[in-house]
Amino acid sequence: MPTLVKRLLAALVIVLLLIAMNSYMSEAGLFGFGVPPYYARVIMLAGINIILAVSLNLITGFTGQFSIGHAGFMAVGAYSSAYLTVYYAQAWERSLGGMVGGSLAHALIFLLAILVGAIVAAVAGLIVGIPSLRLRGDYLAIVTLGFAEIIRIVILNIDKVGGATGFTVPGYTNFLWVGAFAVITIVIVYNIVHSDVGRALVSIREDELAAEAMGINTTHYKVLAFVISSALAGMAGVLFGHYTSFLSTNDFQFIRSFEIIIMIVLGGMGSLTGSVFGAIVITIMPELLRQLPGDLSRYRLVVYSALLILIMLTRPQGILGTREFGLSWLKRARRRPEGDKPVGTGGVPIAEQEPPSAIDRAKEVKNQ
Amino acid sequence: MDTFVQQLINGLTIGAIYALIALGYTMVYGILRLINFAHGDIYMVGAFVGYFLAFQLGFATGPSLVGLTVVLIGSMIAAALVGMAIERFAYRPIRKYARMTTLITAIGVSLLIENLFVARLGAAPRAFPQLLREQSYTLFGNAAISKSQILIFAVSIALMILLQWVIFKTKVGTAMRAVSFNLNSAKLMGINTDFIISFTFALGSALAAAGGVLTAQYNPQIDPLMGIITGLKAFVAAVLGGIGNVPGAVLGGLLIGIAETFVVGYGQNVGVPTTFRDAVAFAILILVLLFRPTGLLGSTVQEKV
Repeated sequence: MPTLVKRLLAALVIVLLLIAMNSYMSEAGLFGFGVPPYYARVIMLAGINIILAVSLNLITGFTGQFSIGHAGFMAVGAYSSAYLTVYYAQAWERSLGGMVGGSLAHALIFLLAILVGAIVAAVAGLIVGIPSLRLRGDYLAIVTLGFAEIIRIVILNIDKVGGATGFTVPGYTNFLWVGAFAVITIVIVYNIVHSDVGRALVSIREDELAAEAMGINTTHYKVLAFVISSALAGMAGVLFGHYTSFLSTNDFQFIRSFEIIIMIVLGGMGSLTGSVFGAIVITIMPELLRQLPGDLSRYRLVVYSALLILIMLTRPQGILGTREFGLSWLKRARRRPEGDKPVGTGGVPIAEQEPPSAIDRAKEVKNQ
Repeated sequence: MDTFVQQLINGLTIGAIYALIALGYTMVYGILRLINFAHGDIYMVGAFVGYFLAFQLGFATGPSLVGLTVVLIGSMIAAALVGMAIERFAYRPIRKYARMTTLITAIGVSLLIENLFVARLGAAPRAFPQLLREQSYTLFGNAAISKSQILIFAVSIALMILLQWVIFKTKVGTAMRAVSFNLNSAKLMGINTDFIISFTFALGSALAAAGGVLTAQYNPQIDPLMGIITGLKAFVAAVLGGIGNVPGAVLGGLLIGIAETFVVGYGQNVGVPTTFRDAVAFAILILVLLFRPTGLLGSTVQEKV
């Protein structure tokens, strides 16, 4: 079958699946079966977290630029779009609804809100990225964290979006939106990583100086990855805000950024399927721990953090490392029972990261 | 002018606390290149150990200098042990792995301590017993300095001098400097690097605990999450001064303390709301790093291929 047909078919299957899932997740259910609201909530948050983790993986996992400010861009997206939907959406929906019908007008306006959220977050990413990305490693990390906190405190002081009391937002998001944008995010990041841009990004991660010596404009690519990553985080923020229907700056504290980092490290940095996996695990784990018997459930967050440390101690490269989980992976695993050497998928040479070789260690020591 | 001096005193008080905590961050970073995110929680643990010591040993009933000394030293020792335990069981096994892994582990340890304390003691703030008869002395003009502020200055200066002595005049200190210069070479020279790293954690944790008890005298309210934002700002102070640099940490801490107090005191005159208090540390940090990428006193490192 030609690739194009294959891809179109795949897209069709995904769309149909999403629509079926969406009605299954709604209150009415599908053929009389529905997901209880509590589970639906966990699934929705997992979907939003997938977008966040995959987008952060682009800048941190593939480009190797350590950002702990993702929650800030999420906040920018959430608040800018909420401003639009709260103050303008109703009027627009009324005038547009007369032309194209109510539900389509509704969808178009939410789509616009998502676009606005993504664009504003991208602009914020550009403003933050250009100066910060000159810094490296831990310095970049702390500066992105600082910017995110500043963004949060600035929003806290804008009375138009609720300030400290919070901001009530219409609940537009349903599973179809989250699912569709999670798929779109994965496709976007997958395509970037497997393009020549992606090769440039990975080369920056592997050795920035060498990449520069090979003629790669490292600043350009780093900022590009950062802006795309911010835009996607902003999109997740839009979906999050319009799902919870209430925005408070407390939702975007740096602990949130940490959570997203934990997802990608847990899943394996530089692995897209790993990010998806990590996002699902980190969303579900605290909820599962609610089931702990009796008094132990009070300690669920203690158990959660202990598990986190334990995973890092036993599997420091994350659950998937830099590998991708997929059908080809299963095939390869069968062919070579012990073959865990990460062979770059799709032609991207991905070097084994962990544990660092003696040469890397020596180089690191020398660079210090 | 009076208010200016007053603000300066208050700023230096907070700054001295930040500096004490920042020292721990900077020492650990200098040796392991690890951002010890659990350090802010050690500060909290120090305050809580002090709280329980004061009640258990019967010092909570009234102010006493003996009580204060015992509580201060007791909580420093306890925090040192906690710091060493964290290093031994969480950080040592993963020392050879990538930075990201150690960082997530540090975040995990931080969450573990916070959640453990919230689960055991509840998140509600507790009143720390006053071990010092609070009294205010008027300086020139109307500026005043309280006894607890004097205590903070005296203890933190004493501890910083002690630290300086340990680092530059003792054998252990020489070993610490050697390890921070190059861990592997230090090991080849016969230095027991594991011991030195453990010692560094103990030292840093003790300083943070002292900061915890001192803060609790100045502002007698402690809760299990008090270490998060204070720890973060102390870390910013360490980076601001040049991470890995001991005098830099003190300088950074004092600067951030003063800047914060000035935002609260004068910000409204120029249209900056007091809530920007928590943002100003980051704003200064970003500005400084853009012009001096290794901090105020940090040395520039030539990058080699």
